[in-house]
Amino acid sequence: MNNNPYHKGVDWTIVLLYLALVIFGWCNIYAANFNPETKVFFSVDAEYFKQMIWIGVSLVSVGIIMLVDSKLFVEIAYIFFSVSIVLLIVVLLVGKEVNGAKSWFSLGPVSFQPVEFTKIGTALVISRMMSRYGFQFNFNSYLKAFGILLIPIALVLLQNDTGSALIYFVFLLPMYREGMTTHILVLGVLAIICAIASLLSDSAIVMGILLLILTIAIHHTFYKKGDSIDGIITTIGCLVVSAALGTFFYFTNDSRFLPEYIPLGAAFAMSVFALTRSFIRRVPRVRILLMYLWAGLVISFATGFIFENVLIEHQRTRINILFGVEEDPLGAGYNVNQSLIAIGSGGALGKGFLEGTQTKLNFVPKQSTDFIFCTVGEEWGFLGTAGLVVVYLAFFIRIISMAEKQHSVFSRVYGYCVASIFFFHFAVNICMTIGLMPVIGIPLPFFSYGGSSLWGFSMLLFIFVKLDTDRNELIR
Amino acid sequence: MYDTRKIVIILIMVFVAMAIIIRLFCVQILDNTYKLTAESNSRRKEIQYPSRGLIFDRNGKLLVSNQAVYDIMIVPREVHDLDSADFCSTVGIEMDDLRNLFKELRQNIRRRRASSYKPSVFIKQLSGERFAAFQEKMYRFNGFYAQRRTLRKYEYPCAAHVLGYVGEVNENMIKKNPYYSQGDYIGISGIESSFESYLRGEKGVNYLMVDVLGRSKGEFRDGEFDTTAVSGKDLTLSLDIELQKYGEQLMQGKTGSIVAIRPATGEILCMVSAPSYDPSLLIGRDRSVNFPILSSDPLKPLFNRAIQAWYPPGSTFKTINALIGLQEGVVTENSKFPCNHGYSIGSFHLGCHGHMSPLDLRQSIQHSCNGYYCYEFRSILDAPKFGGAHKALEVWKDHLVKFGLGYRLGIDIANENRGFVPNTAYYDKAKGPYWNSLGVISLSIGQGELLLTPIQLCNVAATIANKGWFYTPHVVHHIEGEQIDSLYRTKRETGIDTAYFSIVQDGMEAAVWGAGGGTAHGAQIPGIKVCGKTGTAQNPHGKDHSIFMSFAPREEPEIAITVYVENAGFGATWAVPIGSLMIERYLTGEIRKERKWVEDRILNAVLTPTAK
Repeated sequence: MNNNPYHKGVDWTIVLLYLALVIFGWCNIYAANFNPETKVFFSVDAEYFKQMIWIGVSLVSVGIIMLVDSKLFVEIAYIFFSVSIVLLIVVLLVGKEVNGAKSWFSLGPVSFQPVEFTKIGTALVISRMMSRYGFQFNFNSYLKAFGILLIPIALVLLQNDTGSALIYFVFLLPMYREGMTTHILVLGVLAIICAIASLLSDSAIVMGILLLILTIAIHHTFYKKGDSIDGIITTIGCLVVSAALGTFFYFTNDSRFLPEYIPLGAAFAMSVFALTRSFIRRVPRVRILLMYLWAGLVISFATGFIFENVLIEHQRTRINILFGVEEDPLGAGYNVNQSLIAIGSGGALGKGFLEGTQTKLNFVPKQSTDFIFCTVGEEWGFLGTAGLVVVYLAFFIRIISMAEKQHSVFSRVYGYCVASIFFFHFAVNICMTIGLMPVIGIPLPFFSYGGSSLWGFSMLLFIFVKLDTDRNELIR
Repeated sequence: MYDTRKIVIILIMVFVAMAIIIRLFCVQILDNTYKLTAESNSRRKEIQYPSRGLIFDRNGKLLVSNQAVYDIMIVPREVHDLDSADFCSTVGIEMDDLRNLFKELRQNIRRRRASSYKPSVFIKQLSGERFAAFQEKMYRFNGFYAQRRTLRKYEYPCAAHVLGYVGEVNENMIKKNPYYSQGDYIGISGIESSFESYLRGEKGVNYLMVDVLGRSKGEFRDGEFDTTAVSGKDLTLSLDIELQKYGEQLMQGKTGSIVAIRPATGEILCMVSAPSYDPSLLIGRDRSVNFPILSSDPLKPLFNRAIQAWYPPGSTFKTINALIGLQEGVVTENSKFPCNHGYSIGSFHLGCHGHMSPLDLRQSIQHSCNGYYCYEFRSILDAPKFGGAHKALEVWKDHLVKFGLGYRLGIDIANENRGFVPNTAYYDKAKGPYWNSLGVISLSIGQGELLLTPIQLCNVAATIANKGWFYTPHVVHHIEGEQIDSLYRTKRETGIDTAYFSIVQDGMEAAVWGAGGGTAHGAQIPGIKVCGKTGTAQNPHGKDHSIFMSFAPREEPEIAITVYVENAGFGATWAVPIGSLMIERYLTGEIRKERKWVEDRILNAVLTPTAK
């Protein structure tokens, strides 16, 4: 057996995918900074030079990680997490503010975001927690898991860095894999659909449609149980109450009576009846449907309220722009509009390396960090962008299939955490540059210019690559 | 246990990736709008410059037209293998010039004022012949192409102040108005400036397909996105260019101004400011040479005296004081005042010349009696009904304002001066609160603090000719397909009774024709009933200004005119003959044989201070 730690079971496919992404990313940072006017091919002050140094630093760190005993990662999980949380608190006190978010440490020429460590720490802790012997998803487990996630979420929100706070929701994916109830995932999807639909149209209408669908579902459930009478009463009762409240709304002049009260009232009446009957007739499925119904109703109702009263102006504008409610190509929509022009002008095959015009000359803001994907789109065209998406997808799937091969639960959960974190960054960043999501400033893994993110992502990945070398052993 | 959930998670990822790819497919391949917005290398935007509107005089004579020139444009990145010797000989420049041009361009690129991706002007205003030679060889000069521009062409070497000039926009104008971009032309003074929005038209855009070498490969998408240039609108002026030319000839060797208005409409027939210059001096590239010469000339030829200079009106102003006195009831047509070679009270004496005494109002205008107006003006200010000179002066001032004095008349050329009419507050500040009618006695004869522009005085002549009303004077008769601003179609009343104007007209007629002498006898033109009033204005700059204010004929007046000759002496000596020649020329089209000597005398007179 080969005792060289670099040769022992390293998954070279993932290493090659990693290197391909880093190198291609660097090329695009170079292109984004290349000034066709001066034709200076290399400059020590430029971002691409700094990024090159960071790539070197990352590779050295990766080398060190490969030498460490896998068991160490299990051991230090809680310590690592605690230290990263302390750093988050410290940055709140002495950090530097960049783009409105107080999330940076500045040490001379080098600045980094502690939130990169927190991601690794959280992934390690979640893995450690769920790999405990006899772990089950009971009430205590949920409490503990969500407790762990809430600490960094709260701190990052305090830094005014909404984008990074959203990342922690992605830990639901590894938890789902380990046996978390599907309802939470479905509820999550339902919440997103209800929220978007309420923003796009009227929340009363969304609530009405939701009520209609779930009433039919409950009717159907009763019917299959042989209780068609209960089903009919549920449906008719719901319709009658809706009609009554609707008529009242039509004739009343009281502005305190919101149209949302019609579906809420009808749902309440229907729920009382259906809930009672479900206990009597022992139809637990009805209760689950009712849970979905109320979750959807509350989300829809709250969305309008939160949008109007909780979100701050620029967040509201970004959401309005995204959904086309507002058109403002030179104002808040400028970033996305310029980004789309750059990507769109690339066409099928792109303009060629260093030939892009939109991503130079400062048309696109943050062209080497959050909007680096524009450079890919402009210079490499659809071929390049679609190719890159496929490479990323291959990268995620490779990590997941590696995770599935792990003998120890810790390694498997950690693998899922890694894949999920990368996936979230990938999806949000690209969707933002192509106008499928509001502008949330989070980097594209291995592509965006920025030392601490590249270093953090490399560590995150290679801890898993190291764990994977011991895939046949039980690490705990 | 939960192995199948791996599939769910992978499916979620695949689903998101698919959504992204579909969106990218739409943005990068299906949707063309983004490609159009981006300045791509395969497409070149060529601006189509509209031709600027033409300008005609009141008789339809063409005054200002356009001539084509060509700017050589450069797209620096596309320049390669340039045969510089051939290029220089084709466009007619020296090798050193070319070197300097490239040096300048490189500097501009470094300073981000030009881009190597976008076209910038390389050589300005190539003539038509040079362009023809360039056009033939253009395929050899990669990265260069020609852009057609139009410059102004002036058919007459006169009316420079009215027409104004056209020049390149500066950075400030571009910032203020996004229509303009670097290298565009804009009207800078005169009607070129005040009617810019009509004259300029609308620029158009052509999108051309070009190959790697920058050669045109036809229209992009068959011109689907092109817009055509809309030519500027033509203007017809109220100016009579022949009269204008004649006026400028008469004012040769003199400084001053002639303004003529058609009283019935307020149309300005001529507006001479002397010394003047040939408007062709300020076309295109010549402007940078000639403008500094003109602007450093001590006689200020760029200064439009007709609307910007303010002079004391002198005795011509007695007509207005007479009208105010009549309207306020402090004098009648028969009121008589004595004049013993002037007006004396205590140690104060204001001199006058020899004429009969006492005289009535008509005679006072005929003989331009200073003594009469000292009495008359003091009667206004000290009239018991006003309750003191302070209040009376305000009433007097309000009358002047109704005549269009003290404020800009609002003519359709920019930079008009408002003149100066002193009011009570002014004297309270200047003389302390205890001044009386004697202290401001100079106003009676149009001296003192009172200042009028020639156009304002000419408008007074037109108002007297009309017996009490006027239209705001204007030089633009009509715009192609459009009416002029309603401001110039609205009558303005002075509020003074028509009957009183007849009395003043009697006096002005007598000044020209009166038996027993009149100050303006030199204005007699056989067969035309000319009315006039001379003025000789003291001023701090030297000899008196020679002034003449007149209109003719008395019934249905066709022309009202004001002549100012700076530092020339008596009104009767210079301004009167100039005014009468102008009237004769306008009304009869020629100068009678027996008056030729007057014309010769004026044409040969050199009165400018520097020419002495």
